[in-house]
Amino acid sequence: MKLNLKIWRQENKDAQGKFENYNIDNIHGDMSFLEMLDVLNNQLVEENIEPVEFDHDCREGICGMCSLQINGEPHGPDRRITTCQLHMRRFKDGDTITIEPFRANAFPVVRDLAVDRSAFDRIQQAGGYISVNTSGNTQDANSLPIQKENADMAFNAATCIGCGACVAACKNASAMLFTSAKVSQYALLPQGKVEATERVLNMVDQMDKEGFGNCTNTGACEIECPKGISLENIARLNREYLSASLKG
Amino acid sequence: MGGIKTSIARKVAMALSGLFLVLFLLQHFTINFTSVVSPDTFNEISHFMGTNFLVQAVLQPILIFGVIFHFVMGFILEAKNRSARSVKYGVYNGGANASWMSRNMLISGAVVLAFLGLHFYDFWVHEMQVKYLEGDMTGLNQAGEFRYYEETVAKFAGQPIRVGLYVIAFVFLMLHLLHGFASSFQTMGVNNKYSSAIKKFTKAFAIVIPLGFAFVAIFHFINH
Repeated sequence: MKLNLKIWRQENKDAQGKFENYNIDNIHGDMSFLEMLDVLNNQLVEENIEPVEFDHDCREGICGMCSLQINGEPHGPDRRITTCQLHMRRFKDGDTITIEPFRANAFPVVRDLAVDRSAFDRIQQAGGYISVNTSGNTQDANSLPIQKENADMAFNAATCIGCGACVAACKNASAMLFTSAKVSQYALLPQGKVEATERVLNMVDQMDKEGFGNCTNTGACEIECPKGISLENIARLNREYLSASLKG
Repeated sequence: MGGIKTSIARKVAMALSGLFLVLFLLQHFTINFTSVVSPDTFNEISHFMGTNFLVQAVLQPILIFGVIFHFVMGFILEAKNRSARSVKYGVYNGGANASWMSRNMLISGAVVLAFLGLHFYDFWVHEMQVKYLEGDMTGLNQAGEFRYYEETVAKFAGQPIRVGLYVIAFVFLMLHLLHGFASSFQTMGVNNKYSSAIKKFTKAFAIVIPLGFAFVAIFHFINH
C-alpha cells in the first residue's frame, strides 16, 4: 500500500519542531508499524535525508520502549498493544498517518519521535522497591501466605511496562496510572507493607515534582494502556496516600 | 487553598466540595419541587430557610464558601493540567478513549458558574435587599400573604428567554454531574464491588435532578 506519513521532526529538545510529509510505497499489511518506519528510514538514507529517530527495543510488546502517538492515540488505534505490535493491515492504501512523540513537559523530546521518560525512573526510585536482606539469609517469598486475589491484583499491577501511554493519552498529562501501578504492586503484598507509608508519600511527591498534571478520572489512560492497567489502582493509590498522610 | 499542595490532596478537596454541592442540589431541588405540588408548603419552607438563624448565618456562608472553593480550585487544577503539556498534539483523538463530559468539565462548570450569576441576581440579591437592607423579615407581600411563591412564579411566567437560559444551564449541570459525581468516589479511593451500583446511582441522580430543576421552571412558565 501507499501511505502519506506526517511525522514530527525535531533536532533536539530545545529546537523548534515541525511536521514533515513523506510518501512511502510498497508497505505490506503484515509489516509492523515499526517495520514500516524502518522502510521509511532506508528510503530517507538513500535520499540523503536524516532518518527519523524513534524508540524501540524488544519489538514484542514487553519492554515498553516503543511509544508514538499515531493519529491522535498512543500506540495507535488498536487496544492492549504497543506500537511494535500494531500492524499495517490496520490502515488503508492512501491513508495519511500522523505520527508524533508522546507529549508532556515531563517527557522532553530527545529527537524527532524519541522522548526522555526518565521521569518514570525517578518516581520508581523514590519508593518503588522493598528493602530485602540479601546477605544470604533471604527468606523464601513463598513462605509467606498471600491471598490469591491480592496476588493476582499485585501481578496485574506489576505488568505495567512503563511505556508512558497513560501520560500521552491523558488530557492532563497525568502519571497517576503509572504511579498507582507501581504503588499497588507492593501495597497488596505483605513484603510491601513495611515501607508503605514512605513509599506512597515519596512517589507522589516525586510525581508532582516532575511536572505531570492531575488525574481527572477521564479513564483515557486505562483504555490506552497496552497492559490494561486498571483505574482500581488509582483508587488504591488515593486510599494509600490519604492513609499515609494521616499517619504522617 | 495554598495549604493543599499535592496533586492528590487537591483532587480530594475538589471531590469533597463537589459532594457537598451535590447534597445542596438535592436539598434545593426538594424545596423547588414543593412549588409544583403545594405553594403553601413552598412558602412555609422558603420562609423558614430565609429567616432561620442557623441557615442564614451558618449554612449559607458555608455554602457560598463551598461554591467559591469548588470553582476556584477547579480553575487552579485546570491551569496546572494545561501547563503540564505546553506543546499540544497536532492530532488528538480524545473522543477515542474518554467521554466528552470527562474532558470538558471546565466548559460545563463555566456555564454553571455563569448561570449562578444569573440565578443569584434573580433570587439571592433580591432576598438580601428585602431582608437585610430594607429590614423586612416578615416574608409577606402588601396583601399580607407570603410572597415567595408568587415571586418565584413571576420569574418564569411569560419569560421564555429566562426559562430557556435556565434549561440550557441545567443541561450543562447534567453533563457536569454525569462525570463529576461518580468521579468524586474514585478520587476518594472507592473502586470496589459497590462501584457499579455507585455509577448507576450517580448517573440517575445526574439526570433526574437537573431534569427536575428544568421541569419546575417549565411548569411555572406553562401554567401561569
